[in-house]
Amino acid sequence: MGEWSSRVIPIVRGLCLLYVTHKYLGTTVVTYGPSMLPTLGITGNVLLMERISTRTGKLRPGDVVFFRSPENPRRVVCKRLVGMEGDQVTYVVDPKNSYKCNTIVVPKGHVWVEGDNIYNTKDSRNFGAVPYGLVEGKAFWTLLPRRDFGSLAPKPK
Amino acid sequence: MGTPSVLWNVAKKCFTVGVISLTVSDLFASIVPVRGASMSPTFNPKTNSLLDSLSDDRVLVEKLCLRKYKFSHGDVIVFCSPDNHKEKHIKRIVGLPGDWVGTIYDVVHIPEGHCWVEGDNSASSLDSRSFGPVPLGLVKGRVTHILWPPHRVSSIERKTSRNRVSPS
Repeated sequence: MGEWSSRVIPIVRGLCLLYVTHKYLGTTVVTYGPSMLPTLGITGNVLLMERISTRTGKLRPGDVVFFRSPENPRRVVCKRLVGMEGDQVTYVVDPKNSYKCNTIVVPKGHVWVEGDNIYNTKDSRNFGAVPYGLVEGKAFWTLLPRRDFGSLAPKPK
Repeated sequence: MGTPSVLWNVAKKCFTVGVISLTVSDLFASIVPVRGASMSPTFNPKTNSLLDSLSDDRVLVEKLCLRKYKFSHGDVIVFCSPDNHKEKHIKRIVGLPGDWVGTIYDVVHIPEGHCWVEGDNSASSLDSRSFGPVPLGLVKGRVTHILWPPHRVSSIERKTSRNRVSPS
């Protein structure tokens, strides 16, 4: 009994430590899709995500964040944070068809996210402000592709 | 030689226990106290502000439902408040995606990926009637049993109200 547990417990502890790191500190994420062009390519992006800024409330507009989609809780989505609660956000409602803009105030406890590629993205302009509880973490480093290695680009104006 | 290695062993054991129990409580089940009377009489049937928090019900919250986010009408769930991510609420699911739920003023369609929650004690419950449908991504677990106080130990049944909800 003692022998068995002295082998198994370190393995269980190691796996639990991996899980705790993944859930509370950070992890690597693979992204795909055109909604964050030109910052992130359609495929082949590996980013490092950290969860500490989310827990301590240190997210700022301009950060690239991951959050659970309000339309599908099993999907984690990557977009850029544009407004925190209380901010006033002006956005183009339908960039492909008109120049019409809308201005809203981000409700309490929510954030406003937009993809960098406004012509091909589903974001807060479609599903509204996202409750902060859905935000998983912030992307702070690009591992792949190699030419983008380093911190992420700020949103092009 | 003696004391530092004893302290190190104790620290290692505490770390092991802490990490394993954190993983188990996140992935399998945890025990949480229920505050407030919004789910009376299912939880906290006798609330009295003079009573201390030791008399609050403690319930078992299972996390296995978070693998597929598959819920049924009448499930009691724990979720983060849409207005304040630091607060958690316990309410019952009344509507699932695609349902039409009747409130006093109108009929609401539950969008994809959201649910409609209400407290069993309609008179004093802050729920979807105030903050609208709740995204399922905010759900943190499903309540299955009451574990404390001992005379109220039981499993939670699904209670549905057929007359207010029209399924998709």
